[in-house]
Amino acid sequence: MLAYIVRRLLLLVPMAVGMVVVTFCLLLLIPGDPAAVLLGQEATPEQIASLRQSLGLDDPWYLRLLHYFGQLLHGDMGTSIFQHQAVWDIISGRLGATIELAVVALVFAVVIGIALGVVAAIRQGSIIDTAAMLFAQLGVSMPVYWLSLLLMLYFAVKLGWLPSIGRGVPLPQAFVAALTGHPQVLWDSFLHILMPALALAANSAAVISRLVRTSMLEVLHEDFVRTARAKGLRTGTVVIKHALRNALLPVLSVIGLRFGALLGGAVLTESIFAWPGLGQLTISAISQRDLPLIQGIVLTFAILFALVNLVVDLLYAAVDPRIRLG
Amino acid sequence: MRIPKPLRNPSLVIGALISLFIIFCAVFAPLVATHGIDQMDMRNRFAYPTALHWLGTDNFGRDLWSRLVFGARISLTIAITSVACSAVIGTTVGLVAGYFGGWVDMVLMRITDIFLGFPAIVLALAIIAVLGPGIWNVALAIIVVAWTDYARVVRATTMVLREQNYVQAAKALGAGYGRILFREILPNALGPIIVLASLGLGTAIISESALSFLGFGLPPPAPTWGWTLAYGTKFMRDQPWLAIVAGATIMLTVLGFNLLGDGLRDVLDPRHLSRGGRK
Repeated sequence: MLAYIVRRLLLLVPMAVGMVVVTFCLLLLIPGDPAAVLLGQEATPEQIASLRQSLGLDDPWYLRLLHYFGQLLHGDMGTSIFQHQAVWDIISGRLGATIELAVVALVFAVVIGIALGVVAAIRQGSIIDTAAMLFAQLGVSMPVYWLSLLLMLYFAVKLGWLPSIGRGVPLPQAFVAALTGHPQVLWDSFLHILMPALALAANSAAVISRLVRTSMLEVLHEDFVRTARAKGLRTGTVVIKHALRNALLPVLSVIGLRFGALLGGAVLTESIFAWPGLGQLTISAISQRDLPLIQGIVLTFAILFALVNLVVDLLYAAVDPRIRLG
Repeated sequence: MRIPKPLRNPSLVIGALISLFIIFCAVFAPLVATHGIDQMDMRNRFAYPTALHWLGTDNFGRDLWSRLVFGARISLTIAITSVACSAVIGTTVGLVAGYFGGWVDMVLMRITDIFLGFPAIVLALAIIAVLGPGIWNVALAIIVVAWTDYARVVRATTMVLREQNYVQAAKALGAGYGRILFREILPNALGPIIVLASLGLGTAIISESALSFLGFGLPPPAPTWGWTLAYGTKFMRDQPWLAIVAGATIMLTVLGFNLLGDGLRDVLDPRHLSRGGRK
């Protein structure tokens, strides 16, 4: 297992280098003088010259790339053009909110997806199966921003049950507050995160439910399940203790990929629910064409995604020996 | 009369019907549309569906059906262009990586992994931020992310196909790499590519409309679906119809291409069924 971990960690290095190169190349894509383009038409020649200097545009690209690597190795992602603040400081202030939203959405997606997939598989061909798979097909096809708007329209505007925008107290702090006798703080945070997380989770729940259904149907026809049934075990025991445990392996492998989709989807969900995370920051950075901030955000998303995939791969290898020995 | 097997697949039939309807509307938009896209009817502002305005109107009385029909042209142009380019790039990368293996495979697949490592919409937004909005820039933003799916699938298929007798025979007869890759292996790898392309059209439409929804797609007056939906949200509280119809159009189109992709997968890869899929 140790050899597998080392191999997997070593693979992360060229990935990270490649991601930095792609992020750096964003600057090279800008047509014309990047400083003039980024600052817009109203910029003075002095402002353009100053930005050219701070972005190092007078140097050849390979020197700038080396400089960019050097900066990143020192934990410096550059300075925001419009906020005049270190990029990492801006990002780190927002990162927690996005991770919180993505993690809660992932939990919803996994729970809903597994439940639907299992029910559809054990009732294969029934109306429940058809309904579950119809839900899955709609979930895959429904744009996250439209679902967000529909949820907001119904649960916030029409029924008034849930707050339409904003974030409560961060969940870790809300848990502490609940433990110290203020459960309403946790309840308020939960109500705030419920709609954005559900909207974000729908697509992943649909994908997971289809995968679980297929996987369960395969496992339910395996010899060990037949043996368990022949031993006289109850259906619930066979499904949960024997079939589901084996059917969940493929699900674990897609969780990392789904987390990437959730991070991407968070950009849209956060902008609709005014969730103060990286997604909202992305939109404002792109509106202002704040390139150092955009590069920092893109790189942060990519590294976060790579790390989550690493953790999932390690978990998968721990659960299934064929992965690390194969 | 015996119905051909593909036509007995409900996903394929329903998906094909929806997809063909949308493509028909896009191609014949000037004939299908009942009004001009900017033609105002101030006496029928925020109208619900009527015989005159099939899907109702917006705050200027502009006909929603006509705007969505013309919007289909933009969405489909971007989706088809980006899917075609992604398929060509990804397939070429996958064929080369899968056939040659070794360090060529390792380098190409690591590059693929790097692009796969970026959340699609974030990278697409960043590309639009540096290149600016425009139909081809939006397509490019989608291509940069989408080609990776084809590369991975075609590589896996090529690795199996390269060991087949007919490929070995072509090699023994002195066929060049180009002929082996594109004349011998590619035709046999087309099934998964067609399935991916169909599913990719849905993904591309969602990506394009997401960029437009956020205000980074084609600028107005282009009646993109995403922009129409974003515009509808301004009146969401009192007149939700506008946003609901625009969103439902996007969903129906994506659903059509997804069903078509699923159906094609069932037909082109029967093993998929025996693996516990639909029976």
